[in-house]
Amino acid sequence: MVKDIALFRMEQLFKIYPYSEDYFVSLGINDIDHRLTIEELAVSMQDEVLDDTGLNREQLVENFILFIEKMETLKKPPNNTVESITIIGGKDKSGNDENINLEFKVGEVISIVGPTGSGKSRLLADIECLAQRDTPTYRQILLNGEIPDINKRFFIENKLVAQLSQNMNFVMDLLVEEFIKLHAESRMINNIEKITEEIIICANDMAGEKFDRNTPLTQLSGGQSRALMIADTALLSLSPVVLIDEIENAGIDRKKAIELLVKKEKIVLISTHDPVLALVGDKRIVIKNGGINKVINLSKEEKKYIDILEAIDKKMTGIRNHLRNGGIIDDSIIDSIYRLMQ
Amino acid sequence: MKIVTVSGPPSSGKTAVIVKTIENLTRDGLKIGVIKFDCLSTYDDQLYKKIGVEVKVGLSGNLCPDHYFISNIEDCVKWGLVENLDILISESAGLCNRCSPHIKDVLSICVVDSLSGVNTPKKIGPMLKLADIVVITKGDIVSQAEREVFLFSVKQANPKASIFYINGITGQGSYDLSVYLKRAEEFETLTHKKLKFSMPAAVCSYCTGEIRIGEEYLTGNIKRIKI
Repeated sequence: MVKDIALFRMEQLFKIYPYSEDYFVSLGINDIDHRLTIEELAVSMQDEVLDDTGLNREQLVENFILFIEKMETLKKPPNNTVESITIIGGKDKSGNDENINLEFKVGEVISIVGPTGSGKSRLLADIECLAQRDTPTYRQILLNGEIPDINKRFFIENKLVAQLSQNMNFVMDLLVEEFIKLHAESRMINNIEKITEEIIICANDMAGEKFDRNTPLTQLSGGQSRALMIADTALLSLSPVVLIDEIENAGIDRKKAIELLVKKEKIVLISTHDPVLALVGDKRIVIKNGGINKVINLSKEEKKYIDILEAIDKKMTGIRNHLRNGGIIDDSIIDSIYRLMQ
Repeated sequence: MKIVTVSGPPSSGKTAVIVKTIENLTRDGLKIGVIKFDCLSTYDDQLYKKIGVEVKVGLSGNLCPDHYFISNIEDCVKWGLVENLDILISESAGLCNRCSPHIKDVLSICVVDSLSGVNTPKKIGPMLKLADIVVITKGDIVSQAEREVFLFSVKQANPKASIFYINGITGQGSYDLSVYLKRAEEFETLTHKKLKFSMPAAVCSYCTGEIRIGEEYLTGNIKRIKI
């Protein structure tokens, strides 16, 4: 393939690989003679122009060919479909065995609870780098029940985890529509219009107040931002695992958010202190002293209490809004809380 | 002794990335030394001392930091050999995007920051375009989508590089990089090795101390803006 690209003239390459023109644009090279091959083009360039690109002739040719190859591999669907992830236990901070073998399947929701600093991030990092008993926890991660290909382990294309946390912000100064387009382009997706539409509908379904495609990212409220991030991750991100970190007060319909991710065949990990969110998980991992202390399967009894916990949560949100609008806390509000409990 | 060059724009998180990566390496009993190149002053040597690595500081003052780095690197290698280091890491700030600190065959790392703007990777010259590894930092405060777009932009600018996301605060991702450092090539000397790309040229009257403005004071390597 490498030799093939070098044989074509620019006008042919620009037709077959429309994005290949970007390579020159980003290097600041204009006025390309379309009749030349990449090697001829490199030879024809003035030293001064070349020097400003930060590449010599050989490097310019090599990078151009690699660029096309890389973009072509991005177009292909990933061949490493993940159906399940297995965590084989290692040791906690005191050296005690975790003694555990945990399998997560696509579509499962797992909540992770534990005090700050207990080792939640460490667990995630182990999954992310596909630990093979070589990290401080000595855990091992299997994909689809097998030891992952060691050569592919560190390729960023194979990174499994998409992350979403309270601390994340949009930093680009773009309209919602432009932003989704940019993301879709980076994934080399064809039907950009359709996916943009879908993401905006999904996000609006989760967010409290609606926004449209012409809203600047920087003007989105906290809830709208979070909703857009989740919809975009569900529909445009390749990572099979989504970690949601502390989105307690994000102002979105959390249930709908999780449902969307599950529907898109993600493995959803939720790190949380929030009772409603913690009970969304089919399993609940308890982390203590750097290790997995236990795994709780959601019981019938706990399931029974989800509704009441949710009602209390809604009530508290209502009171917050009431206060925000200048309301006063009086007997009637307190009574309504009592009534809920009975 | 393995040698690794780390560079990147100011405040991109080079020191944090190196510190977190070293913590993975010293756990395996490796002896690491760092040469910190900076311009006017630095406090980072204290950070390195705190984690128990050997450190030397080089301040370039009024010289081009890149030129200063390359004229001193061989002495640093000698120092590393005397100290019996397993890995010598040089850290230098790329102050202009035209910096070109990478040496052929020597493992080279460029650190860039997610907050620096989606087109920044394309604007950085040989420092990023010719690095073996590009590390992206501060990914924990931008959205997943922006991380992916930034990653794409790095791939466009340097299709050859291995790319890592590292969180300089928690160290997440630093283990992966430490594995690559262990695979770096070994050297006894860098004499006769070559830079991957020429360094920024700068011999004009202002390089040698001129402070007056005007046509009559311009001599040497002058380039004109096209207006």
